[in-house]
Amino acid sequence: MTEKETQLAKLTQIQAEALSALAKVTDTAALEAWRVTHLGRSSAVMGVFSSMAGMDKELRPVMGKAANEVRQTLEHALEEKRQVLEAEALQQALETETLDVTLPGRPVTRGRLHPLTQVLRRITQIFGDMGFQVYPSPEVETDDYNFTYLNMPPYHPARDMWDTFYTKTEGVLLRTHTSPGQIRVMRARAPEPIRAILPGATMRYEQLSARSEIEFAQVEVLVVGKQVSFAELKGTLDDFARRLFGEEARTRLRPSHFPFTEPSAEFDVGCFVCNGAGCPVCKETGWLEILGCGMVHPVVLEYGGYDPAVYSGFAAGMGIDRSTLMRYRIDDIRHFRNNDVRFLRQF
Amino acid sequence: MKLPLSWLNDYVDIHDLDIESLAKVMTMVGLEVEEIRLVGLGMPRGDQHEFKYTGLSWPAEKFVVAQIDEVLPHPNADRLVLCRVQDGTGETIVLTGAPNLYPFKDQGPLAQPLKVAYVREGAVLYDGHQPGRKLMTLKKMKIRGVESSSMICSEKELGISDEHEGVIILDDDAPTGMPLADYMGDAVFDVDTLPNMVRDASVLGMAREVSAALGKPLHEPDASLEMTGPPIQGRAAIEIKDPELNPRFVLGLIEGVTVQPSPYWVRRRLNLAGMRPINCIVDATNYVMLELGEPLHAFDYDFLIKRANDGHPTIITRTARPGETLTTLDGVTHQLDPEMELVTDTAGPLSLAGVMGGEESEVSLDTINVLLEGASWNFINIRKTVSKLKINSEAAYRFSRGVHPALAEAGVRLCLKRMAAWGGGQVAQGLIDNYPNPPADPVITLSADWVNQSLGTDISVQEMADILERLAFICEVEGDTITAHTPPHRLDINEGLIGRADLLEEISRIYGYDKIPSRRLDQPLPPQIIDPVLLMQETTRDLLVNLGLQELVAYRMTSPEREARRFPPEYDGPYEEYLEIQNPITVERRVMRRSILATMLEILEYNSHLDRRLAFFEIGPVFLPVDGQQLPNEKLMLSIGLTGLRDLPYWAEGEPPWMDFYDLKGVLEGLLMGLHVDHVAYRAAVHPSLHPGKTAEILIDGKVAGVMGELHPLVKANYELNEPPVYLAEINLAPVLAAARILFDVEAVPTYPPVLEDLAVVVDETVPAAEVEAVIRQGGGENLTKVQLFDIYRGQQVGQGKKSLAFSLTYVAPDRTLTDKDVGKLRKRIITLLDQELGAVLRS
Ligand SMILES: [Zn+2]
Repeated sequence: MTEKETQLAKLTQIQAEALSALAKVTDTAALEAWRVTHLGRSSAVMGVFSSMAGMDKELRPVMGKAANEVRQTLEHALEEKRQVLEAEALQQALETETLDVTLPGRPVTRGRLHPLTQVLRRITQIFGDMGFQVYPSPEVETDDYNFTYLNMPPYHPARDMWDTFYTKTEGVLLRTHTSPGQIRVMRARAPEPIRAILPGATMRYEQLSARSEIEFAQVEVLVVGKQVSFAELKGTLDDFARRLFGEEARTRLRPSHFPFTEPSAEFDVGCFVCNGAGCPVCKETGWLEILGCGMVHPVVLEYGGYDPAVYSGFAAGMGIDRSTLMRYRIDDIRHFRNNDVRFLRQF
Repeated sequence: MKLPLSWLNDYVDIHDLDIESLAKVMTMVGLEVEEIRLVGLGMPRGDQHEFKYTGLSWPAEKFVVAQIDEVLPHPNADRLVLCRVQDGTGETIVLTGAPNLYPFKDQGPLAQPLKVAYVREGAVLYDGHQPGRKLMTLKKMKIRGVESSSMICSEKELGISDEHEGVIILDDDAPTGMPLADYMGDAVFDVDTLPNMVRDASVLGMAREVSAALGKPLHEPDASLEMTGPPIQGRAAIEIKDPELNPRFVLGLIEGVTVQPSPYWVRRRLNLAGMRPINCIVDATNYVMLELGEPLHAFDYDFLIKRANDGHPTIITRTARPGETLTTLDGVTHQLDPEMELVTDTAGPLSLAGVMGGEESEVSLDTINVLLEGASWNFINIRKTVSKLKINSEAAYRFSRGVHPALAEAGVRLCLKRMAAWGGGQVAQGLIDNYPNPPADPVITLSADWVNQSLGTDISVQEMADILERLAFICEVEGDTITAHTPPHRLDINEGLIGRADLLEEISRIYGYDKIPSRRLDQPLPPQIIDPVLLMQETTRDLLVNLGLQELVAYRMTSPEREARRFPPEYDGPYEEYLEIQNPITVERRVMRRSILATMLEILEYNSHLDRRLAFFEIGPVFLPVDGQQLPNEKLMLSIGLTGLRDLPYWAEGEPPWMDFYDLKGVLEGLLMGLHVDHVAYRAAVHPSLHPGKTAEILIDGKVAGVMGELHPLVKANYELNEPPVYLAEINLAPVLAAARILFDVEAVPTYPPVLEDLAVVVDETVPAAEVEAVIRQGGGENLTKVQLFDIYRGQQVGQGKKSLAFSLTYVAPDRTLTDKDVGKLRKRIITLLDQELGAVLRS
């Protein structure tokens, strides 16, 4: 055998031994050990490279090429083996790693808006889409704003409709409705047209019970312009009701009386609890009284700074507590201001 | 008002309408029917009803008119009788204990059989022997050996009234065998009368509305009166002291009456309308009040003569004199004040004008001659009297809302007619009528075009005039213009512009709100005005919710004692003036709150045992009285309250730690950053409710905007709170919202890579972290973009009274990559400055 043949045979053997050792490898640790032994600095194939310095000049390129081929073959084999082992390991992991998916999730400390704020925002948004803007107004009012400017001079019989908390300050009371805000926004805006909504807390002297509160939230709607019509009041409220209660909501206007509107009406929506069949929520009528409304009374326009011969308008006032109560079928109005977390966290 | 349908039918023919449709018609003209009580009539067909029905129906096969031919004694019981009864199908024996049948016992076959309401076995009716209205089913039974399966009814058993002593004896012409419901079945509408529609607190008033709505004729009661007695002139006189308070006073006289029970149908109607029948004279006044809406008062004429020392009585209407008293017929003695209007004679007060009669001059069973008053009063004066004396009556209800003076005369005439019909006697010729102050019934001109424009309708001028005429207005139409004369029974119609609005309501109401079209607003959009405060207030709510807090909505009314709990005992702070409520519902809620913190503490206390983690906020006003200002300042405040576990307990981890000062501070930082408020600083401070070492003021642009900290242990002891400390913030929202920015600068995301490094310095314990950070920022200049404290160490390595603060620093230049050399220079500058300013030493 020539030197060349001997050397080539040695290489062939190196390769064969390495491959057979690789075949026995079953995990990544053994694979790393195999790489150190068979491709590392002191491996047999690397030994061939370092022994080449003492070789024949002609032999050197031949042996270099052959040794390189052996190294590449082993590297390929190593890579293949690595992929096989990784696939096996993944497969095993997928088969053994399982969770009890029924365990509860990690609780997130979520904040919430109070239900009254949630409903008020919904209402504000609906009117906002129709061009109405919020106008804030005070909760403690003068007798003039709460009554006189709303066409209820002292001792007017209609004052009986509101059980009033008076203060020890002469002529100052806790507003019984958001309507005094009508005068305030008119005086601020006259003679511009108005589309305003006035939300806020109101107070009435009532015995506290599941159905009546001494403090509750209201929202007032006011439009003032030239030639505002009753038909537009109806259309605005119909749109509002459909957006708040659903496309199918039935509505009706029914004559009523408020000193600050004329004509006046109650706006009823078909009961969404019983669909009109009659139930305790709608007091067996199939209708829910949602709000009071009407065309702004000439006296009120005048107090607000608008000439009633030129301007007209409509107004509506609705109780947020009451509509929230109906919307969620809540049994007791006092829940809203008790702020019991067991109640609040349901919203 | 309670309206029996049979009565309504006297004035407007409603036979062709079922109950439900009629109730709908009434509700849609403003006479809201709140409840329908059936008194014999059946439920309307169909299963969808818009009204609440109560009461009792009388099915035709069970309830009939029957006649008693003979009343026989019971063989074994003195208090029972046996009646031989024909019910149209045959004869039966009926057992009853009705005392009003005893007089007919043992008289043999009755010449005039007694007509009665008779029910057969299986009928469902009210139990006459139980209190209240309890239903029972009539069954066959044996009482003392006599079997009975049917019954003769009392009013109570049929649901007409609470009378259960005797059985009903019907008029002789009642047809035997006729279903009882056909003979006298009825229904009573409970109508809610609107404050401006007191004219409709009467059967005729409601009939007028119904006739207008249905376009049917109105049959007014026949008031023709035979006056055959000696004339009244000269036998009584009227003196009105103040025509403003008493615009009209009318007297009529009827002599020789018999004060006896009214006919059965009258008593039945009064009962159904909710008034107790008394005698034919009093009943006539009540009946005519319900019929026309004019309250009337009957005096015993002879008693008045006696008071006038046998002279002719003079009725004087005047206000009360100081110290005067009057005992009204409910037995209550009233102290009168000089504003109260009285009906008096020369001997003193007779009645509280328009409210209630006096006890003494009341009609009694011995009365023979009756002087009848019909008057008109100033409604404001009546209201004041009623509210001062806390007295109420059917008369006061009507007079305090305004009754037209024209009704005084009409009422007196109709009532005299009814008294004569029901009690006999002769009506004196003429009336005494003092009418010094007749109201001018407004005449209003309006154009049909204006009405249509206001309503959005297309109603013809003729139809408008028709509607008004059906309501008794007298109208003249000329082209597009209607001139309407207000009828003399209405005080709610005004002159001029307001009168136009009044008529707009009348036309739209009777035309029908449901016929008015529904249209979207067709108006120019008003100027759209941004309100940054409102916008930021809502943003504040959203931010706090995102930071994990629950919003509260709380009572404004509280008491000073409740608010004082937020201070430690013995705290001697400045006097706080409250806005006090004159008529509080309870002493616990007698002032408007001054402290939003007190509200927060109460709500934390309420919930302390309901959850282990409480995190709340409230936005709302406090009310601060200001000298020389009528209304209090409504200062908008924000409160935050945190206590308990930082996170909710979780099965995979141990107990979460309690929240601390820095949880609260994190919330505030998150809020203020979210609002883009610049120049925020925190500074140690004191506050009576908070722990002196754990309190900070929040400064915006150097001005205090709020306070935050741990609840003072002594204050905590005032509340029932759990063990974990409580953290509170109280913030004046106005400066915060004013500093919040809708528009803010956004910095460019750096193009060049940042250089990160840590820096730990040792300083004296007393040096606040914020100062160290400020010096680092000053030293680092504009390329030092972020400074974050990540560790604090105290211990042997740094020595007593010292602490080590470790910061991670981020350097970025906008225009190049910073080199190690650049950063090294900055670092050196920082260290030098820290040494100079704070004596800080680099920690090795
Ligand atoms: Zn319902």
